[in-house]
Amino acid sequence: MGKTWTIARKELVSFFDSLMAYILLVVFLGISGFFTWWYGADVFMAGQAELASFFSIAYWTLFFFIPALTMRTLAEERRTGTLDLLLTKAVTDRQVVMGKFIANLVLIALALLCTLPYYLTVVSIGDVDHGAVICGYLALLLMSASYIGLGILASSLTQNQLVAFLIALLIGTCFHLLFGVVASAATGAVGEVLGFLGMGTHFDSMSRGVVDSRDVIYFLSLAAAGLMGAELRLAKRGLK
Amino acid sequence: MKMICGLVAPDQGTIRVGGHSVSEEPQIVRRHIGYLPENNPLYEDMPVLDHLRFSAKVQGVPEGRIRERIAEMVRVCGLDAEKHKRVGELSKGYRQRVGLAQAMVHDPEVLILDEPTTGLDPNQIVEIRELIKEVGRAKTVIFSTHILPEVEATCDRILIISKGRIVAHGSPADLRRQAQGRAVLNVRVEEIDASIVHSALAGLPGVELVETRAQGGFSLQCAPDMPVARSVSTLCAERHWPLTELHSPGTRLEDIFRDLTLN
Repeated sequence: MGKTWTIARKELVSFFDSLMAYILLVVFLGISGFFTWWYGADVFMAGQAELASFFSIAYWTLFFFIPALTMRTLAEERRTGTLDLLLTKAVTDRQVVMGKFIANLVLIALALLCTLPYYLTVVSIGDVDHGAVICGYLALLLMSASYIGLGILASSLTQNQLVAFLIALLIGTCFHLLFGVVASAATGAVGEVLGFLGMGTHFDSMSRGVVDSRDVIYFLSLAAAGLMGAELRLAKRGLK
Repeated sequence: MKMICGLVAPDQGTIRVGGHSVSEEPQIVRRHIGYLPENNPLYEDMPVLDHLRFSAKVQGVPEGRIRERIAEMVRVCGLDAEKHKRVGELSKGYRQRVGLAQAMVHDPEVLILDEPTTGLDPNQIVEIRELIKEVGRAKTVIFSTHILPEVEATCDRILIISKGRIVAHGSPADLRRQAQGRAVLNVRVEEIDASIVHSALAGLPGVELVETRAQGGFSLQCAPDMPVARSVSTLCAERHWPLTELHSPGTRLEDIFRDLTLN
């Protein structure tokens, strides 16, 4: 665990050193703030003290931001050769992948933490369903974990960051949109399976304040699948 | 080299480092190995000290010893003046030192260096070579290079690998001895008619072939283990010929290398 942390900390430091983190925070807060408070179906339209509109906006902004964040994790290291350096140290492939995963998740958690003023504002307006807000944040965090896992998998497949970004977006689109759309058209068992695979149903039920273990398991298993895929890709060298 | 470090799996056979199999116990093996990959990849945006600290932690150096090890590396590799700079700002020579420092920071028993001196200027090459020699006194250093004088200057044991096979193996002296079928002697005698000297030399025991050199004098191909040089000097002394050159150019490692890899 110590080495996983070492790698995660190094990643985080380099996020903040390379301005990547600040740009992400500013743009994420800018976009989600704009749509939450100013434009379209904003908080004031709801006529209720709740953050549902923010959650549904963050649902989309994170979908685009996370691939941009994860695209460099392994692709860049492979391109510059530092992956060889890292993999010949006394660390397991899993520690490398997990370290990167944790670093990305912490950064996203930080971004979400920065939206705390939204919550405080809404609290000052009226009675807030605190449970629903906590669930909403939890849903965002879990969804981020899934996309980070898939993004790291995409990043492990190539040494080109742009390709990694697009692959991550492609995989993401399947879960974010396609499965849901197809599921609503299909009927019977196929529709049910696809409906379950779609991100939307799980996210919606959770951000409304219903924590179902099936939803949690869904998010976590997506993340785990991505990370295991990335680890397999690294281990493709035929070693234990 | 990549196989020893556990980066590529062997197609067949096993590799053991200190009794531990590379494919069965890679974690243990890697702790005993310091590796400097070809082209020396480093995290460009990390300051030198942070980079060393990261390498030390990842290699499992105990927390209490990290400071001491880093200080030691900075001293041995001469990084003191540059230790606060980012790796990306360093010159190639200093980058190479950082590469060596990060490979040695956990005090490995085996150091594996893949072409450590390529792309350096002559002064830097000498410095890195000195560093390798110094480290080599206490540890096993395996390094690959295409610069053969470097091999002569630093190595105790040489392996020449051609198309994936070991074609020669031994100390520099061993390799010379193996190639001694081609011992050559350069002779120059002045004032005497060349054809007389030629036939006299050809008649000496142990001389297999006499060639006239373009720049004057003769080049003798000698049978191994024959005192040809001595017989040449005796011959000239008996006939009062002025002998102005008598030396063996030796077999250069380059010749041995070309011989072994071209066939």
